[in-house]
Amino acid sequence: MALQASELNVGDTHSECIVEDLKRTQIVQYAGTSGDYNPLHTDEVFTTKVAGYPSVFAHGMLTMGMTGAMLTNYVGDGRLTKYGVRFTNQVWPGDTLTAEAKVESVEDGIVKLAVTTTNQDGATVLSGYAEARVD
Amino acid sequence: MAVDKFPVEASHILMFARSVGDKNEIYYDADYAAGTEPGSIIAPPTFAQASAQFDPDYFLRPKIGEPWFGSGKEPTGIKRESGGGGGGGGGGGLHAEQHFEYHRHLKPGDVLTAETKPGKTWEKESKRAGKLVFSESVTEYRDQNGELVITAKGVGVRTERPVDS
Repeated sequence: MALQASELNVGDTHSECIVEDLKRTQIVQYAGTSGDYNPLHTDEVFTTKVAGYPSVFAHGMLTMGMTGAMLTNYVGDGRLTKYGVRFTNQVWPGDTLTAEAKVESVEDGIVKLAVTTTNQDGATVLSGYAEARVD
Repeated sequence: MAVDKFPVEASHILMFARSVGDKNEIYYDADYAAGTEPGSIIAPPTFAQASAQFDPDYFLRPKIGEPWFGSGKEPTGIKRESGGGGGGGGGGGLHAEQHFEYHRHLKPGDVLTAETKPGKTWEKESKRAGKLVFSESVTEYRDQNGELVITAKGVGVRTERPVDS
């Protein structure tokens, strides 16, 4: 289901809870599918004793991937033309994340969205933009 | 990074979608997908990142018969030179930004090549992790017909010490 330009207004938002109580197993799953086996994401011993972090943490690309599901649920299948993000805070096992898209403009058949993902404490973990074709 | 052959396969798309918690049927059910606007299974928006699986030199994948820096008997399998930049974690730093431009969406049966060119680098001082060194790379994904399908830009950052959380 694609969005209708005539029904979109600047400032409209769509948000979804994209993960609740993130499990280490999901991070392992993402390592396996993406091919990024950096021990920082799956190896608690290495990450705490060698790298100096309190625990393993999620791949930024896992957060971008989960946020991408919110976007495609909103704009429709195959409609995205651009999607870019900055990773602003780490995502840890146990985090609950909410992703939001906010309409910034609708012009020439393209909706521009501001994209933000926040954790349970309200900290922004990802911020970026997306563009999609609308009808 | 250079990838000569990245075959986009339905089972890989299914597993990738599961791993990012995306239950949209267009990623695994061909019959359902036939009735959608794209008309077939497509890949989720960040799937191109999995090209790492097909990069023979990708340094964040253990290679058969080679040392690996993750833990085994010891916390790391590789003795690191002292004084070699502490934080950011062994694996060549952290991911700071990622951008995708879709010229079309990937589908099973595509066979891609990926060519990466280094972009600019810059430095910044931060309270949470000391000196940060950013470096950009641009990857062009082309399909079996040589058509550009996705342009990706990544920014990595090496930190002076682990990031305070």
